[in-house]
Amino acid sequence: MAERLRGAWFGALLVAALAVALTFLVLPVLAIFLDTGPGQLLDSLGDPSSRDALKLSLLTTTIAMAVVVAVGTPTAYLLATRRFRGRELVVTLLELPLVLPPAVAGIGLLAALGPQGILGGLLDDLGIRLVLETAGVVVALVFVAAPFLLRAAQSAFEAVDPRWLEASRTLGAGEARTFARVAVPAALPGLLAGLALAWGRALGEFGATLMFAGSFRGITQTVPLAIYDRFATDFDGALALSAVLVAVSAALLLSVKLLASDALR
Amino acid sequence: MSGLSIAVRTRLGALDLDVALEVPAGRCVALAGPSGAGKTTVLRAVAGLLRPDAGRISCGEESWFDGERGLSVAPERRCCGYLFQDYALFGHLSAWRNVAYGLREVPRGERRARAVELLERFGVGALADRRPATLSGGERQRVALARALAPRPRALLLDEPLAALDARSRGRAARELSRLLVEVEVPALLVTHDFGEAALLGDEVAVLDGGRVVQRGDAAALSARPASGFVADFTGAAVLTGEVRPPVDGETGVTVIALDGGGEVRSTDAGEGPVAVSVHPWEVAVEPAGSATGGSASNRLAAEVVSLAPVGNRVRVGLALPQPLTAEVTEESVRRLALAPGVPVVAVWKAAATRVTPR
Repeated sequence: MAERLRGAWFGALLVAALAVALTFLVLPVLAIFLDTGPGQLLDSLGDPSSRDALKLSLLTTTIAMAVVVAVGTPTAYLLATRRFRGRELVVTLLELPLVLPPAVAGIGLLAALGPQGILGGLLDDLGIRLVLETAGVVVALVFVAAPFLLRAAQSAFEAVDPRWLEASRTLGAGEARTFARVAVPAALPGLLAGLALAWGRALGEFGATLMFAGSFRGITQTVPLAIYDRFATDFDGALALSAVLVAVSAALLLSVKLLASDALR
Repeated sequence: MSGLSIAVRTRLGALDLDVALEVPAGRCVALAGPSGAGKTTVLRAVAGLLRPDAGRISCGEESWFDGERGLSVAPERRCCGYLFQDYALFGHLSAWRNVAYGLREVPRGERRARAVELLERFGVGALADRRPATLSGGERQRVALARALAPRPRALLLDEPLAALDARSRGRAARELSRLLVEVEVPALLVTHDFGEAALLGDEVAVLDGGRVVQRGDAAALSARPASGFVADFTGAAVLTGEVRPPVDGETGVTVIALDGGGEVRSTDAGEGPVAVSVHPWEVAVEPAGSATGGSASNRLAAEVVSLAPVGNRVRVGLALPQPLTAEVTEESVRRLALAPGVPVVAVWKAAATRVTPR
């Protein structure tokens, strides 16, 4: 009896914790939609500066994700399947941007790639300008979002049965073919989950973009920057734009999850 | 068709693996030994999945590995049909796509037909569109065999092919596999921890212990003439320890061994000093305690029944001499002698069925 009571007490605690977490995490998101009428939402989309910001956000995050996937997937595969000296250090270095404050990330990017940065001269010689340009936004997004994909992809590849990779080799497939035909399809749900996380992070990116690329309408002003821009003068407009961003992010997360469950079947 | 020639040395944790084996084309060598003996390591080295420290591996005229020349051919260029212990079927692909994975020489449009044909050969053609997760252990094994044979491998490597199966499907799978191994024209190397399986599937059995092949030959020869107590034990015989007693006048052609813990055993084998004495359970008869001596069996030892375990239509009787000994008798005998734990009996077997190996 005492045993059962103790169990019931703990179960109740778990449920209470869930209730608190759910309320606290969902309420602000809900409030955005409750405070925004459908009319306001449409008005906000009708506003050219909002549309510019939304278009820019979609464009820059899409390019950034293409770069992150193209470089991050093979990197994660290498880290998951090879053991070498200093591997732990490499993994930690690659995860560092995760814990970096966005402002620090912005300063770091300026110090590395800005006009006076370490590689600034080289980029200038090549005719590449990043600061205050759309390309700079993409660079900032890649920097902050890549670790999310790297982490998820590495664990996804680590979860693939190494026997599958070996079986593929004995069946006549080289390393590249084994990667493309066995490792990636087998790890796909995890890779897509990583992509969703990285994309979500990129869509919400604010600090690093602001410091590295600035906030110029149509060039570097993504949705979060536009929201901040309006916040002081037009709270309702900022709220409506926020609702749009939440909707886009949620739609993205949902479609990637659907894709992942499809890949599992 | 060309045979496999293997001579590899490699360190594996605390184990120093040093194995030399020849596997002629069309023959199956069963590499048998306890777990941790390095069996799978040999297979992996042959397939190219592991690079040994030194040695040579070749298939016919083609050198696959040469430690001295620093040559190591990639696994995909060796083309070994490898049956993994848990089959390692690709979980994201259907059965036929698993088989078709190795069919790169076949034009794309014909791959499905060819894969299904192979699956049908193993009686699982109807499962072509199923994913591995939905197949039973026996079905998976057949799909994996079809996949391993699909690219027409130059050698067949089987890692514990029956271990992942339940007792019921194992017998049938073993018979099918032994038939397949007769048909296969390439050299086959099979790894197992079960001597019975090795005897059934291998044309020849090599017993691996502590990283070395301690004896090789056909299964019957190994069973009848074990080179060591370990091999005797491995072949299923009961192994007793003792010391050879100096011959007394009149004793010729027979070795008398004083068992540790009491009792004497006679053998037609020669031996001296501390030895291991082995006898197969089916050679040992059980008689009621105090029964008259006589007959040709010269080993008659008082024992106590410790356990009874049915094995097929026979019963395995665990005895204490006090050293443990196993006898195999019919169910009818168990009833007639009223055998039960604690019952005193006499264990009887011939000196000619007693193997003596140095210890």
